[in-house]
Amino acid sequence: MSENNNPKVGLFVTCLVDLFRPNVGFSAVELLEAAGCDVDVPRAQTCCGQPAYNSGDKADTKEIAKQVLDAFSDFDFVVAPSGSCAAMIKKHYPEVFEDEPEMQAKFKALSEKTYELVSFLTDVMFITQSPGAFSGSVTYHDSCSGLRELGVKEQPRKLLKNMDGVEIREMNDSEVCCGFGGTFCVKYSDISNAMVSKKTQNIDDTGADMLLAGDMGCLMNMAGKLKRQGSKTQVRHVAEVLAGKLDGKPISGE
Amino acid sequence: MELTSHNLKSNVKDALGNAQLQKALSNVPKGFIDKRAKAAAALDEFEALRDKGREIKDHTLANLDLYLQAYEQKVIENGGHVHWAKTAEDARRIALEICQKHNAKTVTKGKSMITEEVELNEHLLENGIEPVETDLGEYIIQLRNEKPSHIIAPAIHLNQGQIEEDFRRVHTHLEDDRDMSEPETLLAEAREVLRKRYFEADVGFTGANFLVAETGSSVIVTNEGNGDLTQTLGKVHVVMASIEKVVPTLADCSQILRILARSATGQDMSVYTTFSTGPKREKDPDGPDEYHVILLDNGRSDMLGTEFEEMLRCIRCGACINHCPVYHSIGGHAYGSIYPGPMGSVLTPSLAGVEKAGTLPNASTFCGRCESVCPMRIPLPKMMRHWREREFEQHLQPKAARYGLALWAYFAKRPKLYRALVSFAMPALSLLGGTSKRISSLPLASGWTKHRELPAPEGRTFMQAWAQREALKQEAK
Repeated sequence: MSENNNPKVGLFVTCLVDLFRPNVGFSAVELLEAAGCDVDVPRAQTCCGQPAYNSGDKADTKEIAKQVLDAFSDFDFVVAPSGSCAAMIKKHYPEVFEDEPEMQAKFKALSEKTYELVSFLTDVMFITQSPGAFSGSVTYHDSCSGLRELGVKEQPRKLLKNMDGVEIREMNDSEVCCGFGGTFCVKYSDISNAMVSKKTQNIDDTGADMLLAGDMGCLMNMAGKLKRQGSKTQVRHVAEVLAGKLDGKPISGE
Repeated sequence: MELTSHNLKSNVKDALGNAQLQKALSNVPKGFIDKRAKAAAALDEFEALRDKGREIKDHTLANLDLYLQAYEQKVIENGGHVHWAKTAEDARRIALEICQKHNAKTVTKGKSMITEEVELNEHLLENGIEPVETDLGEYIIQLRNEKPSHIIAPAIHLNQGQIEEDFRRVHTHLEDDRDMSEPETLLAEAREVLRKRYFEADVGFTGANFLVAETGSSVIVTNEGNGDLTQTLGKVHVVMASIEKVVPTLADCSQILRILARSATGQDMSVYTTFSTGPKREKDPDGPDEYHVILLDNGRSDMLGTEFEEMLRCIRCGACINHCPVYHSIGGHAYGSIYPGPMGSVLTPSLAGVEKAGTLPNASTFCGRCESVCPMRIPLPKMMRHWREREFEQHLQPKAARYGLALWAYFAKRPKLYRALVSFAMPALSLLGGTSKRISSLPLASGWTKHRELPAPEGRTFMQAWAQREALKQEAK
């Protein structure tokens, strides 16, 4: 790592960005670097452990959490392009170790330095302008964990509004769950389908060119449904627009 | 409590395919959500009252034995009777004994979820006593021989046309040209029919929103006034309530009342808030000759001291249900328990066992909207997760899910192995997406692809691409 006063940020890539849309990860790196951070990506990361945690498997959750703790011990900040994964580290890891006070103290320290990407840019780095350029209409879905566990609501809208040429068209019920819910969407696929169908209706009603959100899980769910319905709406992670990295394939495919 | 929660998936299919139900459900969000939000915003101390409510209930639960004994003492001092029912069966038996002692032929009932929980109506009918529901919603579902689909709006799964049909079927005296198209006209008709029944009834049953230890009072909140008539016109008033309804003082009760109706319907207060304290006294103009309280445990004391204790703070406002997108999609009956939605998904396994109701806490996306509106700040998603932990410990989850999870965890805990696997798998999956970059069907992923396309991966993983970027940087130096 370089020897300057820049904050050292460890990027928690998230498994879905790593596997499905690396462009989102590189967009995050670009935004963080533009904000004056030194970014590195620890190799020893896989996933935040939510599939285990939400299936009631505490033992595996703990092992994965410890892996994250070790991998990110040298950084000033841990930043994830996902409200869900960031909330897992920030809110839930300390809960998981309620019965181990010493470990819990370490996870509380990890919690203190962990942020969701966009709120980190605005609330910690005080960024008001993003480096990207985009012209068109967008609608923004508030993903549940980011919204209700981390208070991410105005931050992405603020940055989007400050981009020349971006028009935000708010959808109805932008704060209502899209029906992803991790394993929920395959375990209870019919309920999930009913939920995402209401969501895509609300998205279509805005007539926006592009759907944005801050979480790959929700985005893949909504993109998958929009595509199945034959919608032309492009679906992207908000980081891609903020960074102006729109050359990669959108989550909605072509 | 008859449960069909284990049939959740087929219940869901039926619910999603039921056009009448879906039409009725579309009214749920508009009916409740904005009203609650406005009511909460209009009261500066609303959030502080939520904290206070939690504090009152936590304190009460920590001293539950004490407050229940104090409450019992007061009821007896006021001339009432207290009966302790460990199980639903006990509660039914005690209720029947009271009715039989008074040779009751019909009993009126105010709205009460506890009598639903113990299936009082069925038990009375089996023993030749006719229960008459007096809350409009309960009256309607009684006409239809159904269970409530919501704890405060029992007939919310129905549309006006269906209800009108039921009235015309049962109320044969109705003229064809009588307008029955508005809730008010339905209510007026139900009132007319019910008025007679109040006077015929020998016993009136109500539930309780609160039991006040300080005074021995039972408290009900209603919007129709039916509860008042039920409890004052019969010779005998029987309150059936669960043990966690007790609060220490009238002041505590009034604090919580300020958030109850606001959270439920967005009203500042319900239209009627009625305190009953014992039977008619010498100079009282009206009231029952006898006053009984049946205190139901039915598994609740087993929740004390466990990770589910906080559920006992619930005041049955229904806000979690009103805000639940899963409930909005499937309605209340699909849950297969009289307690639907998030509160039911935590409470039902507590009362009936996780082996019978474990599907319920799984049917949640953990979106957290329920917790965000719960006036008592019950961490509902966290408690649903605790049920999943119990299921996991007892190996109750389906085999495929268990093995799938174990396989995933094996790799997730071994970053090097995980890297090797995904570095090979993702480019392969990407090829499968072809030029359209989407996958319409995939073995083992039918839960996903049944309703949606799967976006194909870009190709290389982020980590592969990052490693290359770093290597190039090193070379440049």
